[in-house]
Amino acid sequence: MFEAILLTVITASTPLVIASLGELVTERAGVLNLGVEGMMIMGAVCAFAAAQLTGSPHLGILAGILGGAIFSLLFGFLTLTLVANQVATGLALTILGLGLSGQIGEAFVGQPGVKLPPIVIPLLSDIPFVGRVLFSQDLTFYLSIALVIGINWFLFRSRTGLKIRAIGDSHASAHALGINVIRTRYLAVMFGGACAGLAGAQLSLVYTPQWVENMSAGRGWIALALVVFASWRPWRVLAGGYLFGAVGVGQLHAQAFGVGLPSQLLSALPYAATIVVLIIISHNRRTTLINTPASLGKPFVPDR
Amino acid sequence: MTLSEGPATVPLLSVRGLTKLFGSFAACSAIDLDIAPGEIHALLGENGAGKSTLVKMLFGVLQPSAGQILWDGSPVTIASPGEARRLGIGMVFQHFSLFEALTVAENIALSLDPRISLSRISDEAASLSKAYGLPLDPKAHVADLSVGERQRIEIVRALLQNPKLIILDEPTSVLTPQEADRLFETLFKLKAEGRSVLYISHRLEEVRRICDRATVLRHGKVTGACDPKLETPASLARMMVGSDVAEVHRDGETPLGDTCIEVSDLSVPARTPFAVSLKNISMKVRAGEVLAIAGVAGNGQGELFDALSGEYPVAEDEAIRIRGKAVGHTGINGRRLLGAGFVPEERHGHAAVPAMPLSDNLLLARSQSDRKAFLSAGFAAIVRHDAIRSATRRICEAMDVRKSGEDPLAGSLSGGNLQKFIVGRELDRQPAVLVVNQPTWGVDAGAASRIRQALIDLAKAGSAVVVISQDLDEIFEIATNIAVISEGKLSKAYPAGTLSLERIGLMMGGVHESHSIPEAAHAYRA
Amino acid sequence: MRIELEKRARVSTLFSILSPLLALALTLVFGAIMFWLLGKNPLNALYVYFVEPLLEVWSLHELAIKAAPLILIGVGLAVCYRSNNWNIGAEGQFTIGAITGSILPVLYPDWHSPMILPLMLIMGMVGGALYAGIPALLKTRFNTNEILTSLMLVYIAQLYLDWLVRGLWRDPQGYNFPQTKSFQVEAVLPEILSSGRAHWAFVFAIIAAVALWFMMRFMLKGFEVSVLGQSERAGRFAGFSARRMVWFSMLLSGALAGLAGISEVSGSIGHVQPTISPGYGFTAIIVAFLGRLNPLGIIASGLVLALTYLGGEAAQLSIGISDKVSRVFQGLLLFFVLSCDTLIHYRIRLIVAGTKPVEVKA
Repeated sequence: MFEAILLTVITASTPLVIASLGELVTERAGVLNLGVEGMMIMGAVCAFAAAQLTGSPHLGILAGILGGAIFSLLFGFLTLTLVANQVATGLALTILGLGLSGQIGEAFVGQPGVKLPPIVIPLLSDIPFVGRVLFSQDLTFYLSIALVIGINWFLFRSRTGLKIRAIGDSHASAHALGINVIRTRYLAVMFGGACAGLAGAQLSLVYTPQWVENMSAGRGWIALALVVFASWRPWRVLAGGYLFGAVGVGQLHAQAFGVGLPSQLLSALPYAATIVVLIIISHNRRTTLINTPASLGKPFVPDR
Repeated sequence: MTLSEGPATVPLLSVRGLTKLFGSFAACSAIDLDIAPGEIHALLGENGAGKSTLVKMLFGVLQPSAGQILWDGSPVTIASPGEARRLGIGMVFQHFSLFEALTVAENIALSLDPRISLSRISDEAASLSKAYGLPLDPKAHVADLSVGERQRIEIVRALLQNPKLIILDEPTSVLTPQEADRLFETLFKLKAEGRSVLYISHRLEEVRRICDRATVLRHGKVTGACDPKLETPASLARMMVGSDVAEVHRDGETPLGDTCIEVSDLSVPARTPFAVSLKNISMKVRAGEVLAIAGVAGNGQGELFDALSGEYPVAEDEAIRIRGKAVGHTGINGRRLLGAGFVPEERHGHAAVPAMPLSDNLLLARSQSDRKAFLSAGFAAIVRHDAIRSATRRICEAMDVRKSGEDPLAGSLSGGNLQKFIVGRELDRQPAVLVVNQPTWGVDAGAASRIRQALIDLAKAGSAVVVISQDLDEIFEIATNIAVISEGKLSKAYPAGTLSLERIGLMMGGVHESHSIPEAAHAYRA
Repeated sequence: MRIELEKRARVSTLFSILSPLLALALTLVFGAIMFWLLGKNPLNALYVYFVEPLLEVWSLHELAIKAAPLILIGVGLAVCYRSNNWNIGAEGQFTIGAITGSILPVLYPDWHSPMILPLMLIMGMVGGALYAGIPALLKTRFNTNEILTSLMLVYIAQLYLDWLVRGLWRDPQGYNFPQTKSFQVEAVLPEILSSGRAHWAFVFAIIAAVALWFMMRFMLKGFEVSVLGQSERAGRFAGFSARRMVWFSMLLSGALAGLAGISEVSGSIGHVQPTISPGYGFTAIIVAFLGRLNPLGIIASGLVLALTYLGGEAAQLSIGISDKVSRVFQGLLLFFVLSCDTLIHYRIRLIVAGTKPVEVKA
């Protein structure tokens, strides 16, 4: 029983963690991409379509990543090259993503999907109690953990990570030092898109292996909130992702057991929890100010 | 490193016909410049003369539209700051190119070879900073450092690349006189090592003091090259400005009237993590008086302005009095209605909205104080655009604001003209109290002298004027009394004639009264 | 090849007007390509989509019905966005407005008084405003990002509506359908003309747009909105309060969304059901931007976006294109609007490697 719940919590949390990590890198570079929901749903539909057409869920994962990354380029072009308003463009990306995915996915509605198979790690999976839960998971779970560790190292130990943080702090200074702000930001935006796409692929190939319109159901927005909650630190994203995953799973189980509360109230829990968490984390203006990348959301036009 | 052996050697850097166009506007046109090895070369010019554009091209931040750069006698293309650094050019920016959220070591690492580890960078920075007398803690976060310390990071960062030429853009504008002296010592040390320095400034005295040669720019063109030691400040100024700048007159003593603005024991906690808290500030300004508040940037000037203007009302109502009335709790418009006027430091986005026309920017400051003239229909508050436009015209004429078109966007005006408008906007009301923060920063000499004269004339007409400024020349030109702010504390006000530059410099460094030296220094380090 | 921007000395008036038209044209071109890819005759499809609905009186009425909520919400959002408050939860405020406005007809179905309709409208506005007041309160009190909170509240509002009409408010004689009793005649928003279904919501929308245009153009309040939107610091210097502006803009847009919600339920549907909006609250974001955040422009853009809804329905019936195409159209349109707006502030140069810069479009 405990194992089963932990298993569902992991499945529910993984997409949140992956999508937030991607957005975290994007925001660390000073770009606010509110289109996570749109990139996620595009990743989900691309992954599902590719898996369906090729029969390979792994190609599906790849397609999800590519779909999200390519879709994010649209955002990059508008906000970085054409310096359009980042908030509005992010909204546009979400609106377009929801529409386009519905259009692409129409042919796949109701089809049974291909589920990404678990990868059982020998020996480790035999550890009693947690072994089976942690070490016979699917690829996306391992990726999510690797991403947390990798991004943490990348941002705080590598020189490229330092450049990204520098650009997020002051794009004018970075430009004056000769760092290519626009190119680096393009890469950061695409990384965010790829992660959102991967998270979407997890939804349509692992979480519920089928295509349902709007199946991301606000997870992209929750991922955005998670970045704020985590104050732009990868390990806190992991913690926050699992907290939200647990809330979501908890309400599902509560519904299954019929706790006498209306199902709609329980379904609203993750959204309400997001608001509560945002209040708690934003309440302290001081910490928010210190942690937020200083150039976040600000337009940048290099003089030449 | 070889020392120069006279003028016959090949110049380290020479620039031939360098031109930079922005659209149809020539920021630099056909500039010629030679820098010999081991010389301190001054680049003189007013704001907007093209100095920054020129050095940005030399450092690879901007690409020239035409012309040639020769390095050690051979032509080079400097496509990026990275290439400039490889050639041996180091740069210390005026508005530092630092990252507040990062540590000193990380800041330095960003312009070095990525293969060098952070710990090695820390070590080298530490030893280098000791050698040049520029103490720095590599692990400190830039956000916690003073302006002077920030400049040291920039210098150490440039020196770590072992450059042959170091460019310093207006380095002393943020320093106390003593800090400036220390900087000059470092520069002489560099010169002794055979390195060249390109020293950009508009301060004639210091250029005459430390530079071997000078090139003067005006409107993007070279207007003179000279040995500054053989020139007088007046002759240099003429080369810079092109004509004689009207001298500021302050003839005759003005009799002082009643106290117009009084601050007693004002303390304000810091609003944000990076702000300065104000501690027990007291001052009193009488009609006819110009009180200048000197200080190095970032010592609470902005916070003091916020408190005086009422943009952020303070906790103690009695702490601030304007014309006898307690106004600590009153907002900015309430204080304006009592006859006060305010000119903030930042033109773009504080004193004015750049994307709005001048007339809207007039309404910005005077929607309540001139409610009767500018608004109609009572509660609905319909804006009377025609009345505002004619007032805008009046102000532009009075202050000689040069603009393109009838009512252009504030952002399209040059710094000097916009500042004249912003000051004129307040003078037009004949305020009984005027509080100005940095009245002439980034403003050309003509506009600066006009603004200073206007402030003196206002005081003479019986108003109390408070000028917060970093520019000591300006302060001595206009002040009747001088006080110094440092770390959120304000010194007593002294009559302008009784203070030496030396003394003010010490006070700016945090030494208020002789007995408070040890604690002050200690508190600063903690 | 790369693209460089050069800031214009002054805002281009020409492109302020041309930009939305250019965006529309680009959307049509892309739409034609999309139809062609779907194996349809692009010209015919565009005709069915964008022209046919304009040819008959009844469908003009439908256009007004769909445009009304878009314009009402859009002008409110325009004030929000101009003041730099990013309310994207209008869909939720619309839903709550519909619910609070429906309290009277649902709970007192036998109350036949001419007072009921005005009361419903007022209650709808109050409901929408209060719901928008939540993110306003959180932003002013706790510094919480209004984008995320207002959006989360959309999901919560929709779930609340779902719960209401499946539980408490369900019509006991409704064969278990999740909907309330039909409203009494007095509670139905009347039609404007006898020639079709278009009801008074469209008039409200026009009045709201003109009133807000007047405010933004001539009143100090409008000036305050623009100043605070461009620079909070300059606004403070003028003595304006950014905090009060959060409240003003959020409550205003919430009230208008609430009015749209109750008008839709009362005028177009006649009862409350789980789904009352095809995403008006989100589409209105596009409407606001396409109208360049100018209330008069929003009247026009509201009609254009309403046409994409109608066209989508028509195209589904007559040439078998999924109505999802409408959403794609709407998304594309917003993208093109945002890109074309760059032309207002910048000149765009195309730099082809090794050649002189070529200047494109003025």
